Amino acid sequence: MKPAGALVALACSTLVLSACGRNDPDPAQYGPDPALPEMETRLLPSMTIAEPVPWGDREPTVPQNYTITAIATDLKIPRQTLVLPNGDIIVAEGRGGNAPALQPKDVIAGYIKAKGTTSVESGDRLTLLRDKDGDGVYEEQTVYAEDLNAPYGLAFFEGKLYVANQDSLVRFDYEDGQTQASGPPAKVADLPSAINHHWTKAMTISPDGRFLYVGIGSNSNITERGMVAEVDRAMVWQVDAETGAHKPYATGLRNPTALTIQPETGQLWAVVNERDEIGPNLVPDYLTSVREGGFYGWPYSYWGSNVDPRVKPEDPEKVASAIVPDYILGSHVAALGLAFSIPAMGEQFAEGVFVGEHGSWNRKEPVGYKVVFVPFRDGRPAGDPIDFVTGFRDDDGKTRGRPVGVTVDPRGALIVADDLSNTIWRVAPVQ
Amino acid sequence: MSVTATAVHPYPKTLHPIHATLLAGTVPLFLGALLSDLAYRSSYEVQWANFASWLIAGGLVFAGLALLAALAGLFRSRGGERRPIYFLLLLAIWILGFVNALVHARDAWAAMPTGLVLSAIVAALSIVATGVGLSRRVGAPA
Repeated sequence: MKPAGALVALACSTLVLSACGRNDPDPAQYGPDPALPEMETRLLPSMTIAEPVPWGDREPTVPQNYTITAIATDLKIPRQTLVLPNGDIIVAEGRGGNAPALQPKDVIAGYIKAKGTTSVESGDRLTLLRDKDGDGVYEEQTVYAEDLNAPYGLAFFEGKLYVANQDSLVRFDYEDGQTQASGPPAKVADLPSAINHHWTKAMTISPDGRFLYVGIGSNSNITERGMVAEVDRAMVWQVDAETGAHKPYATGLRNPTALTIQPETGQLWAVVNERDEIGPNLVPDYLTSVREGGFYGWPYSYWGSNVDPRVKPEDPEKVASAIVPDYILGSHVAALGLAFSIPAMGEQFAEGVFVGEHGSWNRKEPVGYKVVFVPFRDGRPAGDPIDFVTGFRDDDGKTRGRPVGVTVDPRGALIVADDLSNTIWRVAPVQ
Repeated sequence: MSVTATAVHPYPKTLHPIHATLLAGTVPLFLGALLSDLAYRSSYEVQWANFASWLIAGGLVFAGLALLAALAGLFRSRGGERRPIYFLLLLAIWILGFVNALVHARDAWAAMPTGLVLSAIVAALSIVATGVGLSRRVGAPA
């Protein structure tokens, strides 16, 4: 959206949302090989922006025989969480991005989208939550570290707590039982941060603790900030935890917003947010194993070799080499969290991944706004996603929460960060 | 003969200077947008598309205000500015220019080639409208 489109969009979003844009087709679009519709470009963008309201005495909906509790509230934009060996939970809080507005579109679209998110100031900190007696109530809440820069990705290995700020990867020396860092962190590596259109730096660590994997999102929707801005973007870096040396591990991943290692295989998996503005059912966000050296299409193509004509100059060779990802989650669901499950989560949810879906904005009929479970068999996705946590958004647009990071607590609980109500939720099977 | 007519003619012959400035201003703005589109087409340098977007937005502001002035002129009882053709030209410029702004709002190459074609049409219309608007009035006493 540029000047005039922005004005119309503003009118649409504030006055008559439902009147703008035609009906979106069935959003049930998931699995390893769903049919993708033709691209469509409209004069007016389809948008439905979340309308934030407080939870009051309501709470998210979970399956029968599960309970959900808010274990921390009034945080400063919680995004991702990490469970430490002693059961304490680290929460990364903050808001990043410093992309300048190049057109009135950017100014007005930014204003519109901000209406659907929290107005709390960026925490730029880590909060530690402690359940002292193991009853699932986290009585203690301390600020573990402050003065970070939009921390997002978290990883832990043998006494080292790694944090991916929006501009750098840093390390804290963690001692068991600590509630506060003993000092400022040491820098492991700088991360690409110019413009930072997609600022979140997702992170995970290899099972041997040698390598960190950092997701670096693209600097645009589809190269509208120019190709120069995309150097070192839309890829996963492999960073040596000791030296900080890095290399691109996989490329063409538009916005890899969560990374995790599959416990049995050591394989890296990611959820990736795909491009906008070519229709309500394009391009699907996906879940995929990440192959070393693999190219996943962005910006030249999507879901394998479907060429995106908005990108000039073209690159047919890159298109031909593009890998088809493993599993479609749905267009515009905005998957931001990913965690492998364990048997302690209950029989139905024992094998598979949980995916936190922040929810759509550029789609007339909203999708996402929930946590789903994608069942696995033999280490691969098998079957349709199952709703695990819902009730974040009502049909009338009132939105109480937006899920981001999901983490499985080895004790048998799913930790969900909600960056709209600034809450950490804990979902556990009834004992 | 003509000397006498001029002497008795009570109406202003040209547009008000502000109206004229708004009208003539549409030419460099819409022409600039067209040139920027051409530069984007030949270079794939996306900054040209940004320039075009802003130039079109500026053109719409100027053309919109000139359109209002022309509309007021239509209803003015004194004959000089009562010229539907001038008003219709500006109306066409504004509508097509607005559509062009929406087209330019698409990311990267999605604005092309429609945006380039619209930019050319709007630039041409703004030159014609300026010519009509600044020339001696049709129907006004000479």
